[in-house]
Amino acid sequence: MGLPVALWIPAVLAFALIALPVVGMIVRADLSRLPQLVTSDAALAALRLSVETGAMSTLICLLLGGPLAAVLARSRSPLVRLARPVVLLPLVLPPVVGGLALLYTLGRTGPAGRLLNLWFGVTVPFTTAAVVLAQTFVSLPFLVVSLEGALRTAGERYEAVAATLGASPFTAFRRVTVPLVLPGLGSGLVLAFARALGEFGATVSFAGSLQGTTQTLPLLVYQQREVDTDGAIALSLVLVVVAIVVIAVARPRVAEGLR
Amino acid sequence: MKPDSADPDSADPDSAEPDSDAQFLELTATLRRRGFTLDVSLSVARGEVLAVLGPNGSGKSTLLGVLAGLLRPDVGRVVLAGKVLTDTAAGVHVPTHHRGVGLLAQQALLFPHLTALANVAFGPRCHGVGRGEAAERAERLLAEVDVAELARRRPSQLSGGQAQRVALARALAGEPELLLLDEPLAALDVDSAPALRGLLRRVMRGSGMDSPDSPSTTGLLVTHDVLDALVLADRVIVMTGGSIVEQGPTRDVLTRPRSPFAARIAGLNLVPGVGSAGGLRTADGTTVAGRDSGEGLADGSAAVAVFPPSAVAVFRHRPDGSPRNVVQVRLAGMEPRGEVIRLRAEPVDGGPPWVAGLAADVTPAAVADLAGVEVLAPGARLWFAVKAAEVQVHAAAR
Repeated sequence: MGLPVALWIPAVLAFALIALPVVGMIVRADLSRLPQLVTSDAALAALRLSVETGAMSTLICLLLGGPLAAVLARSRSPLVRLARPVVLLPLVLPPVVGGLALLYTLGRTGPAGRLLNLWFGVTVPFTTAAVVLAQTFVSLPFLVVSLEGALRTAGERYEAVAATLGASPFTAFRRVTVPLVLPGLGSGLVLAFARALGEFGATVSFAGSLQGTTQTLPLLVYQQREVDTDGAIALSLVLVVVAIVVIAVARPRVAEGLR
Repeated sequence: MKPDSADPDSADPDSAEPDSDAQFLELTATLRRRGFTLDVSLSVARGEVLAVLGPNGSGKSTLLGVLAGLLRPDVGRVVLAGKVLTDTAAGVHVPTHHRGVGLLAQQALLFPHLTALANVAFGPRCHGVGRGEAAERAERLLAEVDVAELARRRPSQLSGGQAQRVALARALAGEPELLLLDEPLAALDVDSAPALRGLLRRVMRGSGMDSPDSPSTTGLLVTHDVLDALVLADRVIVMTGGSIVEQGPTRDVLTRPRSPFAARIAGLNLVPGVGSAGGLRTADGTTVAGRDSGEGLADGSAAVAVFPPSAVAVFRHRPDGSPRNVVQVRLAGMEPRGEVIRLRAEPVDGGPPWVAGLAADVTPAAVADLAGVEVLAPGARLWFAVKAAEVQVHAAAR
């Protein structure tokens, strides 16, 4: 209603900027060799590692990020208010920088890494655990932000009503709050998984690119892009399909929000 | 039966109840927020319903928050049924879920992911009642609020009035010692509000169909609507700026308002009496013809006839052959109110006493007609007439 026509031109350009590259890649792909390319040993190993580490990161996001979102949404402590912007850091920080920060913290000479090595004999960098940590680092804000939004939208009124009905804070959280924010939690988890699956920069700087151990799908695509262009494109298409599925699953819930 | 609480300032000497019963709920609270201070002291007897009236920002919701334990007063003490819920001096603050204080708010706030039945069963389940027994109790309560057939529905499939009925059943299911009603009818449309008001009356006054002898529920009703107070409450407190500016039996406060707010919300003519066929019978035997407002008015039970000042026609001589309520009054005073002039009545000698304070809004032209050759002045004898269709007869709390 009353939308200026002039807005349509940049709007279409912006849309083309997003959609056309995907089309360009599909056009360039060697579709007949696709099945063969995506089932090579290296590809299967990378795919498997990506799915496993992505699932693990998402689980950690849920177990740690869920409570963090609840604290951010409900606590009135001034300290929590100060902590809130910090949580958004991985969203705006270049992932490579995030990976380096992890490396200098958890590396052999880092403050946390040295203690881990001293006490448990554990070295984190360049292991599968490092991949999971890097992915968790970048995807945590996605879960926290969408869950915190859902918690704020749901408000505290239902929890107050539950309390007047005799529900302890824990019962109210479990039987009222959690079911209310389930759609927000679902979309947050899908977004976090998608972000973990696509993670490149933090992984490469903190975990390296070792086949079978730390070489996830995006890392393999980057490595193959000159050696085996067709293979890289085929694997990229796999990631595009995953992205489309994620949008299809998560977007309606995000738009729908809470009743 | 309800304890007689005609005079809230003195203990009832005839009461056989123990002292704790006369002061079932006692609250004193002071709470400061930016630019606002709540400073209230009140007590409510067992089975009594206290209406809290007041303009927005007068502290009504804050008061409910203190009672429910959602807010901590700076200084205060709350005792309910002999149990200290809040005592700032002793550092006592019983959390909301252990208070036995139920809440029915303006919005039903039914848990959207649960069926109506599961919503009602929520309270009993929290109190450790078994699944089957909780469901049974929920079904019974849903039947009591006349929505048994909606038990399996989700809140999104309920109308506003239905949802509020379920919310009432849910609030009652936990068997609260005290029920807080925060403008429970304000969000309902004009069609469903009277029916729910009648239901609340039935439930609050302990005349539930299943259990006619059950004790009535002790309640605190925050409302903007003078009818809610009339129908549901024994006593009224009027709050302004965080303090109580007026209190007393509902009809006394509303018929002889002393605070500007009470006068403004009263704004209606009220005639107390008992229900009778076709209207209401006053203490002196006059029948006021009117329409039953559908809240379960019984013949001979306390009632009040309500009509707006604009519905009153004023005559110099008795109007003839008219099917209206007609009564002779003496003019007590006149005051301009915008486009109209409000005439206040007082009883003529030997006439019905209940006309005291009745108001009639008439146009300046009508006042000129009434005056005729004389000047219309206080003391003049006039006839007030009201059509039966303009008079609503409500069941009154007492």
